[in-house]
Amino acid sequence: MSAGPYVLRVNGNDHEVPDAHLGESLLWVLRERLGLPGSKNACEEGECGSCSVQVDGELVCSCLVLAAAAVGREVTTIEGLAPDGELADVQRAFVEAGAVQCGFCTPGLLMAVDTLLDDLPDGGGDPDDLIVREAISGNLCRCTGYGRILEAVSIAADLRRGNRT
Amino acid sequence: MTIARTLEDACTALAEHPDALLLAGGTDLMVGINRGQVGFDHVVVIDRVDELRGWRREGDELVLGAGLTYSEMGRGELPVLLPALAQAARTVGSPQIRNAGTLGGNLATSSPAGDTLPVLAALDATVVLRSSHGTRQLALDRFVTGVKQNALEPEELIEAVRVPVLDGPQEFLKVGTRNAMVISVASLALVVDRAGRSVRVGLGSVAPVPVRAVEAEAFVDGAIDWDTGSVPDAAVDRFSGLVAEAARPIDDQRGTAAYRSHAIGVLARRALRRAFSESAP
Amino acid sequence: MTDVRTEEPRTVQGAPRIGESAPRPDGIPKVNGSFAFSSDLWHDRMLWGGTLRSPHPSARIRSIDIGPAVAVTGVHAVLTSADVPGSPTYGLEHADQPVLASDVVRYEGEPVAIVAADHPDAVRRALDAIVVDYEVTTPLVDPGLAESSDPIHPDGNLIRRIHLRHGNQEVVGDVVVEGTYEVGMQDQAFLGPESGLAIPAEDGGVELFIATQWLHADRDQVAACLGLEPGLVRLTLAGVGGAFGAREDLSLHAHLCLLALHTRRPVKMVYSREESFHGHVHRHPARMWYRHHADRAGNLVRVEARLLLDGGAYASSSGAVIANATCFAAGPYRVPSADIEGVVVRTNNPPCGAMRGFGSVQACIGHEAQMDRLAAALGMDPVELRLRNVLATGDRLSTGQVITGTAPVAEVLRTCVDHPSAASLSGDPMSLPGGAGRTADPAHVRRGEAVALGFKNLMFSEGFDDSSSAICRLEGGVATVTCACAEVGQGFVTLAQQITREVLGVEEVVLAPAATATVGSAGSTSASRQSWMSGGAVQAACEEVRVRLLTRVADDRGVDPDELVLVEGRVVSLSGDFEADLASVTAEAIEAEVEFRHAPTSPLDENGQGDAHVSFAFSAHRAIVDVDCDLGLVKVVELTTSQDVGRLLNPLQAIGQIEGGAAQGVGLAVMEEVLVLDGRIRNASFTDYLVPTALDMPPVEIAALIEQPEPGAPFGAKGIGEPPSISSTAAVVAAIRAATELDLTHVPVRPTDIALAGA
Repeated sequence: MSAGPYVLRVNGNDHEVPDAHLGESLLWVLRERLGLPGSKNACEEGECGSCSVQVDGELVCSCLVLAAAAVGREVTTIEGLAPDGELADVQRAFVEAGAVQCGFCTPGLLMAVDTLLDDLPDGGGDPDDLIVREAISGNLCRCTGYGRILEAVSIAADLRRGNRT
Repeated sequence: MTIARTLEDACTALAEHPDALLLAGGTDLMVGINRGQVGFDHVVVIDRVDELRGWRREGDELVLGAGLTYSEMGRGELPVLLPALAQAARTVGSPQIRNAGTLGGNLATSSPAGDTLPVLAALDATVVLRSSHGTRQLALDRFVTGVKQNALEPEELIEAVRVPVLDGPQEFLKVGTRNAMVISVASLALVVDRAGRSVRVGLGSVAPVPVRAVEAEAFVDGAIDWDTGSVPDAAVDRFSGLVAEAARPIDDQRGTAAYRSHAIGVLARRALRRAFSESAP
Repeated sequence: MTDVRTEEPRTVQGAPRIGESAPRPDGIPKVNGSFAFSSDLWHDRMLWGGTLRSPHPSARIRSIDIGPAVAVTGVHAVLTSADVPGSPTYGLEHADQPVLASDVVRYEGEPVAIVAADHPDAVRRALDAIVVDYEVTTPLVDPGLAESSDPIHPDGNLIRRIHLRHGNQEVVGDVVVEGTYEVGMQDQAFLGPESGLAIPAEDGGVELFIATQWLHADRDQVAACLGLEPGLVRLTLAGVGGAFGAREDLSLHAHLCLLALHTRRPVKMVYSREESFHGHVHRHPARMWYRHHADRAGNLVRVEARLLLDGGAYASSSGAVIANATCFAAGPYRVPSADIEGVVVRTNNPPCGAMRGFGSVQACIGHEAQMDRLAAALGMDPVELRLRNVLATGDRLSTGQVITGTAPVAEVLRTCVDHPSAASLSGDPMSLPGGAGRTADPAHVRRGEAVALGFKNLMFSEGFDDSSSAICRLEGGVATVTCACAEVGQGFVTLAQQITREVLGVEEVVLAPAATATVGSAGSTSASRQSWMSGGAVQAACEEVRVRLLTRVADDRGVDPDELVLVEGRVVSLSGDFEADLASVTAEAIEAEVEFRHAPTSPLDENGQGDAHVSFAFSAHRAIVDVDCDLGLVKVVELTTSQDVGRLLNPLQAIGQIEGGAAQGVGLAVMEEVLVLDGRIRNASFTDYLVPTALDMPPVEIAALIEQPEPGAPFGAKGIGEPPSISSTAAVVAAIRAATELDLTHVPVRPTDIALAGA
């Protein structure tokens, strides 16, 4: 049934969502109504993490968020990570480390890693292997075996601490 | 759709739309909606209702808001006050799921595999229900009535869960065939009430509803040397056997009844041994 | 903190060439979310498509009533088998699979009808409204009964039998060990769901944008089904979210085209995850009996085996899979006498076909378990037993073929075994079996370690002898490469640029879209073949351009073309007399298209003998596992591997393939199985089909990547995609056997197999 138009704040911009169906997930609305297909749909039941976005700074599966219920929240997607066409530290790190193969899991993983690094205490050193693995345990990758992804997290942590440029 | 700001908003909306879906974290509900399996006329969104969020201490009880997320169960003082709940929360899904999923949602879904339910069972939790007609409280074993069935009446929502603050070790163990994002094959919560000299054991995924291993509890309460905090090996063996007998597991794609019975006995032994040291026979 | 003990990937400056860790050209779009996967395609006039699938593994269709569906608001088409204008069936080896079922359904999930509507909700309502009257029949679900049961298909229930007999059949060993092993059905579980967009063309044809592994094979099958000339069916590769064999067959291709042509509108379809499990082929489940004979010194004397693979309802590539399983059944060892029978049968179980490893995975599980059994019977160290028997160049396989290429098998095994382990005994409960479930009692965790060795062929075999084509165009100093090689994540796009830079000395290399209309077939992205075949095609096309360019410049300048070289964007004479900027001498374009072939292969005769394979690649894994024996929970603590790679073309990408393949191997060892009961899939979701998460995967230590250039291979490089998924599973299972001292014969190993052993 129809939800009536509502406004979602995504990547710092207000987007009006006209003609929406009430049952549409945030993932659906981002991809099919707001022209933001960067978040991916690999399972639509919260078991793969490829749809991960940040809502009010928290990492969630956008397939499990009712879009109309996200009104008033700040949503950040993969498209919002890189300011003005530059690559964010996590994005650079993934390319450099060879952590991207087919790339389907990549947007969701980048959101998870960005969140992890945001949540680390300042000057927190290289994040512990187990902590990183747990932080990305909700993001399935079928291509990489996670090895290069862990390397990318290490590189990104360095960049974020300002140890590298 | 109603985005409720207060508990009153939510109750009013439910009174007007008794068949409305309640939406907090959405980690169960949205799966069905995405598949087109859940029809609805109205949704009442309750993830912004302050009265449902957070937790507070009232004397020797904790009042946990239904909106408490799994991530929040693992933060601040809660892991100290309710270690078993924090341990259980850490096994739920993934970080994404833990940020969104709630205690109230776990109760409302009433799955036999719900990860907080064995803990709440062990704690003799009371579920606080609210509607525009008022409040009522139900013991957990009155609230969860069957597989994905509970005693929620139309227009009601879960407001909070009351659990005691107990002095004593707590353990939560969960068997799953993968180290993350795994539905429990068998789980066990063990909670010690030193003052009351009793051990309480809640079991998950081995019956249609969370169960207490009542005979095992009664037996082991008498076998523990409460002064030294120890228990002999033979008693641990018997305790383990009694816990396994309390289970009524089934075969399904995640495990067989035989494995579940065996596993729950192993979990019982290990949980008890972590809480109590070995004493002379 | 790096998990990989190897030299640092060679640093990349400027325009990276062969042997360097060039970054992938699609890396930036993939990290900023702008890369278009097949499920991201959009056309503003598009309709959505959907598929009605059989709920029964076996049934006759009495009638289909589409009337109620046609009446649903927003529906533009409802099609059944009657609407298929061309061939009603398709298939990789045999055209035995209906586009849409007509009189029978042979597996749960078989497509029966398709719908196009203006919104997915309308599609769903329409699908629900179609009324199919099924007469349910008893499914054939035991592959052991397939040959003695009534045929469930006009082609019969035997898809292929291959009987390999080699050497003296009368010989018997001093020591004989037998074993029977079962391998469950693994799923490729790629993340990007089956999806595509079909657009009807003015000329009566259709444009299909699709994620796939083999554009031209798809085109030919789709064209036949549509009753169109192949040239009217134009496929372009859309972004592929992983493949691993599951996209080698058609899935929604013909359906999309039918809907688009019928409605005269663009049509998009995306499978749900549940639908995806039903919508593609899986790895063949296997039952394998083996009998190994050796002399007292540990030399293999004879190997007997009976392999039974369940092909499910339709043939797909089962014939080639059983051939592989049979050819490689005994493993990378000298086997003077062999009697190996491989059979793949048809049942009403889900159809099976290509998955990374293609029959060698199942074989490796069997032969490595047998080698360990034999070592125990001989009282010999399992590594010593293997080293005594490993193949080398010049040895003859059980198919009679002599290995003429490189075969550093002993070195692969030794380097793996000798590599120091970094596995410590961690105190953190999260590192123990059970992880966050906190189930382990450290005093009752047992550690096990074991080694496994595996191999398979590269490229297609038995005389299939396909080719790959590539076009190189050099204009204004910019090289454009067109190749229909499907990039599925493996990094061919990177390699194509590296090769072009190597040969032409250019910096800027543009990759044209992979499409059927613009270039000949590149063959399938499978069989670890694309670096060799499409890499070879790109190299050859660039080489032809190079020769023609230098000839052109030489003629202009009146010099010998052998005097000229291409260096960093310039044509330079070796004498130092002159140099010219590449852009200026290629103002007039030079273009070449080359069809690249490998050395021809032969079929296997009635005894399974013949020079059927082009080349072989070998790998070893050492696994260390911790096992909670009381609960049967396993934590894979470390994997170490060595692999025979010929030549490393891109070290960083190679590491990615090695780590990724190992993860799929770990998955099959401990958690991945499509559970089929009475022909029905019980776990068609990521909730219950478990693939390893970051908390399940150990670090993968690379002991050695052995570079012995392979004769005949472009750059001497062997394909590297499959070996990592072959010996990894066998090593993990062997390590679990070592830890538990149990004779585990089912893979994946389930907790109950360990916890209730002897119950």
